[in-house]
Amino acid sequence: MPETSLQAPIPVVDTVERAGQTPEREQPYAALGLKPDEYAQIREILGRRPTSGELAMYSVMWSEHCSYKSSKVWLRQFGQKVSDEMRERLMVGIGENAGVVDVGEGWAVTFKIESHNHPSYIEPFQGAATGVGGIVRDIISMGARPVAVMDALRFGAIDDPDTARVVHGVVGGISFYGNCLGLPNIGGETVFDSVYQANPLVNALAVGVLRHEDLHLANARGVGNKVVLFGARTGGDGIGGASILASDTFSAGGPTKRPAVQVGDPFAEKVLIECCLELYRGDLVEGIQDLGAAGISCATSELASNGDGGMAIDLDKVLLRDPSLTAEEILMSESQERMMAVVAPEKLAGFLAVTEKWDVETSVLGEVTDTGRLVITWRGETIVDVDPRTVAVDGPVYERPIAYPSWIDALNADGAERLPRPTDGAELRDQLVRLVASPNLADKGWITDQYDRYVLGNTALGFPDDAGMIRVDEESGLGFAVATDANGRFCHLDPYRGAQLALAEAYRNVAVTGAVPAAVSDCLNFGSPENPEVMWQFSKAVEGLADGCLELGIPVTGGNVSFYNQTGDQPIHPTPVVGVLGIIQDVAARVPSGWQDEGHNLYLLGTTALELDGSAWAGTIHEHLGGRPPVVDLGGEKRLAELLHAAAGESLLSSAHDLADGGLAQAVAEASLRFGVGARLWLGELCERDGIDGATALFSESTGRVLVSVPRDEDVRFLGLCAGRGYPALRIGVTDGAPDADPALEVQDLFTLPLAELRAASAETLPRYFA
Amino acid sequence: MRIGVVTFPGSLDDRDAGRAIRLAGGEPVALWHGDHDLQGVEGIVLPGGFSYGDYLRAGAIAARSPIMTEVVDAANRGLPVLGICNGFQMLTEAHLLPGGLIRNEKGSFVCRDQTLRVESSSTQWTSAFTEGEEIVIPLKNGEGGFIADTETVARLEGEGRVAFRYLGYNPNGSVRDIAGIANERGNVVGLMPHPEHAVEPGFGPDTRAAMRSGVDGLRIFRSALEGVLAA
Repeated sequence: MPETSLQAPIPVVDTVERAGQTPEREQPYAALGLKPDEYAQIREILGRRPTSGELAMYSVMWSEHCSYKSSKVWLRQFGQKVSDEMRERLMVGIGENAGVVDVGEGWAVTFKIESHNHPSYIEPFQGAATGVGGIVRDIISMGARPVAVMDALRFGAIDDPDTARVVHGVVGGISFYGNCLGLPNIGGETVFDSVYQANPLVNALAVGVLRHEDLHLANARGVGNKVVLFGARTGGDGIGGASILASDTFSAGGPTKRPAVQVGDPFAEKVLIECCLELYRGDLVEGIQDLGAAGISCATSELASNGDGGMAIDLDKVLLRDPSLTAEEILMSESQERMMAVVAPEKLAGFLAVTEKWDVETSVLGEVTDTGRLVITWRGETIVDVDPRTVAVDGPVYERPIAYPSWIDALNADGAERLPRPTDGAELRDQLVRLVASPNLADKGWITDQYDRYVLGNTALGFPDDAGMIRVDEESGLGFAVATDANGRFCHLDPYRGAQLALAEAYRNVAVTGAVPAAVSDCLNFGSPENPEVMWQFSKAVEGLADGCLELGIPVTGGNVSFYNQTGDQPIHPTPVVGVLGIIQDVAARVPSGWQDEGHNLYLLGTTALELDGSAWAGTIHEHLGGRPPVVDLGGEKRLAELLHAAAGESLLSSAHDLADGGLAQAVAEASLRFGVGARLWLGELCERDGIDGATALFSESTGRVLVSVPRDEDVRFLGLCAGRGYPALRIGVTDGAPDADPALEVQDLFTLPLAELRAASAETLPRYFA
Repeated sequence: MRIGVVTFPGSLDDRDAGRAIRLAGGEPVALWHGDHDLQGVEGIVLPGGFSYGDYLRAGAIAARSPIMTEVVDAANRGLPVLGICNGFQMLTEAHLLPGGLIRNEKGSFVCRDQTLRVESSSTQWTSAFTEGEEIVIPLKNGEGGFIADTETVARLEGEGRVAFRYLGYNPNGSVRDIAGIANERGNVVGLMPHPEHAVEPGFGPDTRAAMRSGVDGLRIFRSALEGVLAA
């Protein structure tokens, strides 16, 4: 037997030279997700066929996930609809790894929300875990210390047999990764709806803090500076993972995509965080870029594009977990917990001393050049020679066709006003209990109790309050609040208004804590952009969000678009998840979402109209979705937020709870369950003032409303504040019933509901399916 | 008085432990796992976290870190040593405390405000409490189920070395609801709950008086500080 047959065949390297010699060689561009015209465009850019390495790079970087090719033309609005007020606090806007906001006292906060939807369906545990890991690396790359995470989750119907698999995996993955990373999980949301059955949404948000002078941008400047890869070794996991998975639709008969999901090691990432922060502190790096989707392809081409334009890389220097990987696989691998740094030659020794201290493996891959070309060699031959901007920046841009959905007029005409509304107390009581126990409104403790909310010792608010809040400065008490919201049902009825409703709700959730809303990050989850009706939904949602931010005066600082969220031809409800970040001068002044004392007056701020279309009540009680979502008045929301901030600043509020899903009924239930203190309510005056019935008063989802409790001796000042600002306030009850005195929720003349019964209804739902 | 907090790769609550020592009136000193130097501290805290990612067994690799030679010596000399959560796991792996910690009975990580009963006030970390006192300390762990053989458990109980016991709810299946134990001399204490998360009004567990105002953990650190000052 000839000796050579015992060895692996030596692969023929596809070099730039060979590509020039074999122009007609067929290439698997379609299998890599490129369309014929995109492939032709690459050939035109290069003046030859791409090498297999170049093809790998272009294919991942031109994927929908990395290039935003279908969304770009619409996302421009976020940069155009901007006022001076919005620029005031903005230090870094859209386009960088994460937006950065000036929060005062020399501090800045960076935050971003990103999707990891498709990997989380295929392999829920690793998909969700690496979603947390990826967004946290974005935060580190800005020079910030990550200080908190939260998650916006959407699952299929709670009683579907597959839902428990996905829920256990996703929650377990977030718990595993986030807890081990030492970041408090301070909030988020969980929604169950059959539209997400084979396409769950896992959107992870991370927040970091930094001093102004510590801000870093990831770019490769300074000819001769070293390009260093450090962190975990590169392996065969996640090859084309996020970029390919998130850029196509799942089809039932397709091949399994499991190998494309990345595997996370939170310990490696925790060490990497501390290592990066020490590198920044020691001024040992020019910039650090995280490796996420598209791995080395993305990091090298983006760093070079954002810097002096040239870079020379020796791919043989990449430390491998699996030595049999091909050059193309190394370029595309999405192995986690890796970072790429640009280091001045004279600082390299200091850099390596720090990575050695933290036992982080490091390899110098190459250096920054002024050639304007990204040149990558492998085994002594040139396999990539491209203008990095053509890979990372100037990818294809599509103006996808849009079409007004054929079904939407009929849907809008089918309002909830035709649904029977109960008038007697027993039936109202029964419906309230059903709502509170419904999967989307029920206590999420089964999930959130699996997350560490205490680590770092700065959590001022967290679940189940309306927003999470973190102290930034231990001396002054300066802090931030953050909340995420989305309502896919509303967006299905009207994506423009639905997006604004999500914005208004997240804004209000931040405002009720006493913080001042300051910035937005969004994660736009939609179906296939190749479906003109989906593209219409997307265009309307972006327009609504951009218009809304302009009116509220807070900028979008970044985010993420996730298309192809559908199974077969069935897209999910359009689900733009909006994260709002607010600033509070001293977290000691924060307001909780429930009352802790008896005898405080309950006021409802805002007015209530018959707005039950798309509501939790219509969905839960009548399985109905139709009509038009509630009207949004962003000017009113702004005045409400200012009122809340003023009232919190003067310590007039003992609690404040936003009214949204489930209306007043759900808000009262949550606010009384928060500390187990009951309440007596009367709805008569409210019904008379607003011309509504009891069911509408309890279940309508009119916007601009907040339930507050006010200590009696602050009554006069509080009402003076509301009158001065012209915001409607009506006393609708009083807190009553201590935790050890069988407290109840009493709605006068209608019903009495013991909190014990309410708590059981709320708390038992999730464990029934998942425990 | 100077109390050292050892940082291992993967330690998470080291800064929190330092803050707790400061709020209790001491001076926290950052110690590094790879050194052989305790910098003359008068007490040591092994903080919570996931040292070495819980690989092999929680605390097993950290227990063999260079600095642990000095920690074991110091413990044997009578220096107060507190192991919190992952630190408790290290103390059992280093054989400074008996028994071991296994995966929670229900399988998943649990974070909750946990009521404890202080069973012994004769350890160096519990002397500021009255025996039988009920306190609330946040708990957060995935592998917090205390186990030991019957004989060891009987000895711990008989010698009054059960320092803390879970009250009302056993969150991880620990034998006899044991939340924390001490060595024979009472200078080494390990517990799963996190006293460093109940030291500052506004950032601790909820109480009847006000949200997040629980500071019961402070007295655990004060116990050691007062003990050293008195000695």
